[in-house]
Amino acid sequence: MAEHTASEHPKSPLTTYFSVWIALLFGTGLTYYAAKLDLGVFNAAVALIIATTKALLVALFFMHLKGAHEKLLKLVVISTIFFLFILLVLSMVDYGTRTWS
Amino acid sequence: MATAITQPDAQPIERENYLNKHYGVWSWLLTTDHKRIALLYLMSITFFFFIGGFFALLIRLELLTPTGDLVQADTYNKLFTQHGQVMVFFFLIPSIPAVLGNFLVPMMVGAKDLAFPRINLLSWYLYIIGGIMMLHCMLTGGVDTGWTFYVPFSTAFSNTKVIEAGLAIFVVGFSSILTGLNFIVTIHRMRAPGMTWGRLPLFIWAHYATSVIQILGTPVIAITLVLVVAERALHLGIFDPKLGGDPLLFQHLFWFYSHPAVYIMILPSMGVVTEIIACFSRKRIFGYHFVALSSIAIAVFGFLVWAHHMFVAGISIYAALVFSILSYAVAVPSAVKVFNWTATLYKGSIHYDAPMLYAFGFLGLFTIGGLTGLFLACLGVDMHVHDTYFVIAHFHYIMVGGAVMGYLGGMHFWWPKISGKLYPEGWARLAALIVFIGFNLTFFPQFLLGYMGMPRRYFQYPAEFQVLNVLSTAGATVLGVGYLLPMIYFLWSMRYGKPAPDNPWNAAGLEWKTASPPPTFNFDEEPVVTWEAYNYDELDSEHKQEVPVVG
Amino acid sequence: MSDSTVAVQGETHNPALLHHFATEEQQRNASSFGMWIFLGTEVMFFGGLFCAYLIYRGWYFGDFAAASKSINAALGGTNTAVLICSSLTVVLAIWAAQTSRRALMLAMLVLTMLFGLAFLGIKGIEYRDKFVEHHVPGPSFSFEHEEIPSHPGEYANPRHAEIFFALYFIMTGLHALHMVVGLGIFSWLLWAAWKGRFTPEYHTPLEIGGLYWHFVDIVWIYLFPLLYLIDRHR
Ligand code: HEM
Ligand SMILES: [Cu+2]
Repeated sequence: MAEHTASEHPKSPLTTYFSVWIALLFGTGLTYYAAKLDLGVFNAAVALIIATTKALLVALFFMHLKGAHEKLLKLVVISTIFFLFILLVLSMVDYGTRTWS
Repeated sequence: MATAITQPDAQPIERENYLNKHYGVWSWLLTTDHKRIALLYLMSITFFFFIGGFFALLIRLELLTPTGDLVQADTYNKLFTQHGQVMVFFFLIPSIPAVLGNFLVPMMVGAKDLAFPRINLLSWYLYIIGGIMMLHCMLTGGVDTGWTFYVPFSTAFSNTKVIEAGLAIFVVGFSSILTGLNFIVTIHRMRAPGMTWGRLPLFIWAHYATSVIQILGTPVIAITLVLVVAERALHLGIFDPKLGGDPLLFQHLFWFYSHPAVYIMILPSMGVVTEIIACFSRKRIFGYHFVALSSIAIAVFGFLVWAHHMFVAGISIYAALVFSILSYAVAVPSAVKVFNWTATLYKGSIHYDAPMLYAFGFLGLFTIGGLTGLFLACLGVDMHVHDTYFVIAHFHYIMVGGAVMGYLGGMHFWWPKISGKLYPEGWARLAALIVFIGFNLTFFPQFLLGYMGMPRRYFQYPAEFQVLNVLSTAGATVLGVGYLLPMIYFLWSMRYGKPAPDNPWNAAGLEWKTASPPPTFNFDEEPVVTWEAYNYDELDSEHKQEVPVVG
Repeated sequence: MSDSTVAVQGETHNPALLHHFATEEQQRNASSFGMWIFLGTEVMFFGGLFCAYLIYRGWYFGDFAAASKSINAALGGTNTAVLICSSLTVVLAIWAAQTSRRALMLAMLVLTMLFGLAFLGIKGIEYRDKFVEHHVPGPSFSFEHEEIPSHPGEYANPRHAEIFFALYFIMTGLHALHMVVGLGIFSWLLWAAWKGRFTPEYHTPLEIGGLYWHFVDIVWIYLFPLLYLIDRHR
């Protein structure tokens, strides 16, 4: 977790918190709006990119992943995502190459 | 060897330890001491082991003759289903981690307790709740889907208690997750000064890898069971081909957990065997780093091969190819371990105490199980033997011949530490021998039966298979005796056994540097580690001059 | 933990420091690490659902789009905003604890819970609509003559739409369940904060509870576009 001994607060994190909050609200509006556009196959991609950006903002700033002393927390996050991808990708190896369905 | 080092017992008053510090039922049921929780788990899983064993007995009895004379098809289906579910989820998965791991992980890393003692207790209660649900399910009709819950049978056709069984396993899954979580945090955060990663016993590495699988894999089976339960209760169509769903999706999700789960069962056992082999050949483990990393590699590769259970279920042939090749890859880290154990034995001064006999049993049987796994991973061979007794024999060689052997070996090895008493060595060696013979007699014929084409999960079979089936049933009886013996003499030793010295095997490892049984906080002083793991050469040279110092 | 064990050590220390930890920092690190691992298991838990979603969305895209279109995206969008606001109030509560602003901390905790309740309320409205429209999977389910977006004249297969709704209810339902658990955790945090348990030096429970809350927010951030916004353009 981020350092939080009261004495050594470098500067107030409030600006970060509020900017992230604005960015998240903006992102929500953007997803909503982008979904109304016809981007063909890219609709889903755009939606996922925006969602991932928002998730990253929450994780990095609200959950303090960014300031974390420990690489360990990042390792947990990265390896979880890695295994989630294994689940999705290797399933798709089957679903994507079936000749009968 | 045990007797050679036993000290003259010069302790008239019993020292305070974790067993005699508090008395009374509540001091057990509300304990947060990892060692007491380990004993709670020991009693609970032993109970379920006998329930599972009871089903196994009935299965083998039914298969004594080609016709269905003891039970009919419906009952038989319930027998093998509940045998599988109880043994896998209520015995083997918690066995080594929740008992030996719980007891030893904090001690081996030099901590006073696991990182989250109350969560540890919670995990036991979840296990008990799940266990009661499972018992309730079995007593009120049981379940007949096979331990694999395959859809659409489980969701649309079976008229047994699928929902209850699913929920029971859902709950017990969370107990497994919490154990894994506790271990990972403990291993990262609670190591004693000087206990670097490179000095950790390989038992710890194995449990670390196991925990990774537990926390990443178990949630997937949990959600899969939620889907099965929901689909059955509400008639959804997620897995039902009639409603547009895909039954293979269930199999993907199920095996995404359940293949790695087989490594939840075998990895801790590998950890136990590593400790035993080092101790009883009085040598440093050959290739420490390879053995450590192979545990991690197994955990990772274990997640890449699940669809080898679905080769004939209708997955795409390209996917089958990929998964077949990946399955070969997962055998590599297992082989690394086998080679390193063998190399450790080479020129070691080997002692044939009971734990070592179990370790030898493990080595041989695990190797056979692993090699037949490779047969199964080969697409062409699997077409022939899928869903036959060959598969049954394969996984019993690993799960019973490997994992349970390791569990028993570990129980013997650490029994003096756990109970403070020595078990009768002669009986123990005899039991190890009986288990080994009984095991092979039970399961080797099943390889032959499977290869000849006897399918699994039927209550009757063509008469020409009878001879081998009779052999198998006879073996199961011997095996049963082999399992009962340790139960009896362990209980006996608690009362009548000789008091155990702190380090009866003159073994390396922090757990041996404290009293037997250990004090509540494991060490009287926080240990500081300045030596490498398995420093047996140093231990043995020291030992020539002095009597081991008491913790 | 028995009391005697704390006494044994005999040092003066924070009563919240458990006996088996050497320092408060070790304890705090262990707790947050444990929570992150738990969140990892949660990712895999929802991951199984995302896997199912992905496959059927690929197979039955048109039917999914038609079904998705029948859900009120404005409500979903509002709920996203509500959750984002609640995440802000959570970090503000922690900041208030760090800087000894007791009143602000309490206010932010209350606000967080109000946002949480608002989310559940809006979700309830959404569910009620679906119920009225017979879009809840089961015997009374009906999705006849619903046009597939961008394919005029083609109708969605009700069976396939039902799969969408099954996933929709399970995913949002489990998410809502997590919200309820979160509300439980925050009631406890509020009580503890009221009792003055949290100080600038020690407020680990707030941080741990906050991690959980943010995670539930992140899940929603994905659920929203995936469930509400499939093929919304016409
Ligand atoms: C050396 C690596 C291994 C390989 C390549 C391997 C391969 C396989 C394959 C291909 C199958 C499917 C056979 C079929 O259904 O036709 C199988 C089944 C099975 N294996 Fe293994 N295996 C390995 C190790 C293990 C281990 C370590 C365990 C347990 C501790 C295990 C337990 C099982 C179980 C329980 C089944 C049957 C599941 C069922 O259908 O009920 N395997 N194995
Ligand atoms: Cu497998």
